[in-house]
Amino acid sequence: MSRDKTNQKSIRSMIQENKSSRSQSAVMEKVVPKIFLICAIISIFTTLGIVFTLLTETFTFFNRVSIVEFFTNTRWFPFTADKNADYGILALVMGTLTVTAIAMVVAIPVGLAAAIYLSEYASAKTRKLIKPILEVLAGIPTIVYGFFALTFVTPLLDSIIPGGISIFNALSPGIVVGIMIIPMIASLSEDAMNAVPNSMREGAMALGATRFEVAMKVVLPAALSGVMASFVLGISRAIGETMIVTIAGGSRPTADINVTESIQTMTAYIVQVSQGDTGYGTTIYYSIYAVGMTLFVFTLIMNLLAQFISRKFREEY
Amino acid sequence: MSLINKESVKKRMGSRVAANGFAKFLFILATSFSLIVLGVLIYRILVDGLPYLSLDFITNFASRMPERAGIWAALLGTIWIMAVTAPVSFILGVGTAIYLEEYAKKNAFTKFVQVNIANLAGVPSIVFGLLGLTIFVRLAGLGSSVLAGGLTMSLLILPVIVVASQEAIRTVPKEIREASFGMGATKWQTIRRIVFPAALPGILTGTILALSRAVGETAPLLVLGALAYVAFVPENLFSQFTVLPIQLYNWTSRPQEDFHMLAASGIIILMIILLIMNSIAVYIRNKFHKRF
Repeated sequence: MSRDKTNQKSIRSMIQENKSSRSQSAVMEKVVPKIFLICAIISIFTTLGIVFTLLTETFTFFNRVSIVEFFTNTRWFPFTADKNADYGILALVMGTLTVTAIAMVVAIPVGLAAAIYLSEYASAKTRKLIKPILEVLAGIPTIVYGFFALTFVTPLLDSIIPGGISIFNALSPGIVVGIMIIPMIASLSEDAMNAVPNSMREGAMALGATRFEVAMKVVLPAALSGVMASFVLGISRAIGETMIVTIAGGSRPTADINVTESIQTMTAYIVQVSQGDTGYGTTIYYSIYAVGMTLFVFTLIMNLLAQFISRKFREEY
Repeated sequence: MSLINKESVKKRMGSRVAANGFAKFLFILATSFSLIVLGVLIYRILVDGLPYLSLDFITNFASRMPERAGIWAALLGTIWIMAVTAPVSFILGVGTAIYLEEYAKKNAFTKFVQVNIANLAGVPSIVFGLLGLTIFVRLAGLGSSVLAGGLTMSLLILPVIVVASQEAIRTVPKEIREASFGMGATKWQTIRRIVFPAALPGILTGTILALSRAVGETAPLLVLGALAYVAFVPENLFSQFTVLPIQLYNWTSRPQEDFHMLAASGIIILMIILLIMNSIAVYIRNKFHKRF
């Protein structure tokens, strides 16, 4: 507001203006928190929406397929005439667990070793160089990893493994899911190890311990809760991973464990159905919710477990 | 009498130092494994993808003939989805963060919201797809539209934005808030003119990183019924659509080698988009980040 304009105004009008703006801001003071509260409530509604969606549609599914069959049958063959169809979730769960197990065999040792190197051995300069590269690795879309698994890792494995492997198999997506999870385990574990106070390291070193002994006998035990939590979160990520296993894992649900053969995970089944021309309201349509529910329960348990571990076993310094 | 048996310490010293050296070697090997994989991955994609990469590849529609296929529809689909996701997730995410950091009392409800957000962040993306399919596509009757896809993506990245915004708001020191109150500003005025601008670089960095995750996300939109073969550009919020990752999935899942090379070309474009978004995020973080 320019100076002469203010001078032209009477004091009375200025007071009036001030009053009205004050009552306006008083209204804002009341309304704004409510608006933000609504934003916060939407996140709760998202969770409720997920649970509600999964429960109701799964319920419809169990009206058509017995819950006993769902948990005890070991075959999953929905794409036949209704009365021949098999809905045994075990076949899909085994596929998911196989891939997850392979992924963790890759991700846990490599991720943990990288974390120990970054936190205990590497100089500040090296750390500054490597951490962004790990972040890049963590930011690569899963579709790219899937492409990598199918067009590079699978042919590579086929030439290494005597007897070869089929184009779609559990091993290749398992390894690539593991690679995808390495940065996550490395950075979460490194955070946990960084939180261990330096005085403990120095104490051990003063007693003559080597760096390796400090890392294994002092830092790792002290950071164990954070490290374990990172493993569990990694498992949860592997269970929910979709595109890599869809592209490179195949679509043959089986409860047998044979890593060189085609499998199907829970996530890959959901994608397969949504890509097909299954009509709304068919048993197959509802089956993706039952599978989704199983998947949701698995990952929820893992996430709660991770929170529990990091809370319960945390050592405070 | 000495407490330490010097002889035995000396005898074991060699093997302990050797173990340390060997372990260090293994740790370096493990760390470089990730770097090597990243190198191989980028090399493979460049080798496969560069031959098909051209301006035509960007401006053509998908085609059954690899040499004429392009990503135009998918690229615009991705932009449309982002045009919905960016504002919706930003407003909801920042609103939630401001509520939790500035207004919420420390009670059971607040804690519940916080735990809920942490758990939402761990829900697999494909489950968000099932949520979107039921709520937005069927119940709200939006169909497999841009709007349904964008809203689903907003909910997917919401927890990430909330957490990033909360951290950004928390770094704004108490003193400048109190200074603002001392000048007679109300709470909302303080938040709007002091806290929000100070936290904005952090909030924007978090939002852009979350959006870049949404750009690469495939599974939820596949479940929603996004099309894999599209020869048109979305015209409005209710148009059907495809996005870049779905187009790449479609090409990757075909058996012909040529389509795999197309997929690699598309991956190069996707990675360039992500690289640009991440660079912007890092730039904002470094340029505008105030240390108090």
